[in-house]
Amino acid sequence: MAIKRFVVGSFDDEAVLFPAVKKVRMAGYKIHDVYTPMPIHGLDHAMGLRETSLHTAGFIYGITGTATALSGMSYALVYDWPLNFGGKPHFALPAWIPITFELTVLFASVGMVLTFCYLCQMAPFVRKHHFSLRSTDDLFVMVVECTAKTNEAELQAFLKSAGASDVHTQDAETGWWLGTYSKNLPPVDKTKTILA
Amino acid sequence: MSIKERFEIPSGFRMWSLGLMVAGILSLIIGYFVYGTGDEAHQIRFWAALLQNSVYFLLVVNAAMFFFCAVTLAMGGFQMAFRRVTEAISASVPVIGGITFVILVSLVAGHKHFIYEWLDKEMVAKDPILNGKKGFLNPTFFIIWTTLTIGLWTVLGMKMRSLSRELDNHPLTVEEGKKYIFKNTVWASLYIVWFALTVASTVPWLWLMSISAHWFSTMYSWYTFASTFVAGIALITVFVIYLKNKGYLEYVNREHLHDLGKFQFAFSIFWTYLWFSQFMLIWYANIPEETTYFRPRFEGAYTGVFYLNLIINFLAPLLIYMRRSSKRNYATLTIMSVALLFGHWLDFYQMVFGSLVPDHVPMNLFDFGIAAGFVGLIIYQTGNVLAKFPLEAKNHPFFKESIIHYT
Repeated sequence: MAIKRFVVGSFDDEAVLFPAVKKVRMAGYKIHDVYTPMPIHGLDHAMGLRETSLHTAGFIYGITGTATALSGMSYALVYDWPLNFGGKPHFALPAWIPITFELTVLFASVGMVLTFCYLCQMAPFVRKHHFSLRSTDDLFVMVVECTAKTNEAELQAFLKSAGASDVHTQDAETGWWLGTYSKNLPPVDKTKTILA
Repeated sequence: MSIKERFEIPSGFRMWSLGLMVAGILSLIIGYFVYGTGDEAHQIRFWAALLQNSVYFLLVVNAAMFFFCAVTLAMGGFQMAFRRVTEAISASVPVIGGITFVILVSLVAGHKHFIYEWLDKEMVAKDPILNGKKGFLNPTFFIIWTTLTIGLWTVLGMKMRSLSRELDNHPLTVEEGKKYIFKNTVWASLYIVWFALTVASTVPWLWLMSISAHWFSTMYSWYTFASTFVAGIALITVFVIYLKNKGYLEYVNREHLHDLGKFQFAFSIFWTYLWFSQFMLIWYANIPEETTYFRPRFEGAYTGVFYLNLIINFLAPLLIYMRRSSKRNYATLTIMSVALLFGHWLDFYQMVFGSLVPDHVPMNLFDFGIAAGFVGLIIYQTGNVLAKFPLEAKNHPFFKESIIHYT
């Protein structure tokens, strides 16, 4: 990924945050993300995020599970080594449904958890930049991305007028990197900051 | 914004309900002369159709009752915006219950042993299996239990509805509200207990499973319950969408319909789970006395009905309701609800006819005529009750929760 410049506005109250999000979007600024201590209903709508496609991925994983179970059992019990179980047909579909169901659920759930972690860029031994650690406690943090045309001072004043209790600028890596949270941040090379 | 508080019955609504009822009565009369007075095979055809339709539609309207009692016990608030619709549907329980009672009693008291073979005393005495079930399958117990069942459904339903209506001109303080919720909970739980003793255990055994008296399945009642619950939610959905389209129920939005869609989806899967558990164990164990039930259904005259049942009631809801957008769409909800109502009617059809007429599927206009009669009756009765009382239970303590409902 790349190192970018962000203006970080902190809000004390979600009641202030919601109109601020709307104002910032109306003004044409690009919101990188909003970090909140707890899930807030309707914030995704206010930010204009699209519907997640995680459930489509889940469906595909589920079908993969179904196909794996059915083809695996068919290969073993019909083609490779047919056995007679109490006179049942070799292709004993009703008896296979429980296993098919289990594999469908297993594939869908494990696949969705891993996909979710990938989308949120969360994994063991991998870390991401924190704009404000207080966003895990009591602060609602809105991060606005700067472009080459952005007037930083103007944006800071704008966030202040929208009700932010604290506004500052950060240059930060947007992606994830190998490392743990117990160690310090990787050195941020300011010369590499890209204003897209 | 002014809220339309009361449902005014449109002339088309009345005409359709009356028309369907007339079709039902005509089918009953014609059916009586064509089948009801003939030989035994014809009489089976006549009484089986009456039994299937009356029990199915009674359990479906009763499921609406179960729905709002269960949600009351769960302290649910989301259903308040359309709760009067579920109450109005459940007001059909006394009417259809009466009809079902007459049919069941005339089967038993009229000694129709070709429907219930355990009515034949001489045969029971010679048959060790039926003799062993004599304590449960006998005319006295049947009539007493049926009377109690339908009677208590009626009484408890009336109590729940009157509890809801007594708030109409009577806003509550917080203290009164707490007392009111407690009172509601007590009556709802009484109904749920009686529901568990009837629909969820004994009544499907008594009314439907005893048609094939030698066979038994402990899963049968739950399977019947799941069937009628899906159909009951589908019926609620159809009425809610109808009223919505006519400009009533302003507080109901896509969130509420989404929830009804979720209920249909979830309980369709639940139905499949029970249906499959019953089928698969019997298929796998392959014990002759158990497989007799599935013989005509799985690989006999009813094979088509068997798979159609599975497609309408499992595959279609699974694939169509899986998407969020289809649960929030009026058109898909309506089409799927009607399909599910038909699908579970078909499920009951194979439950009854698969045992009584195992060698062929005798479905014809007579069955649809009788079904139309019951549908007309439900529409007529529900419309009348909707028109009689305000559409919104606006003084209920949970009403606001339903308006701001958001998922």
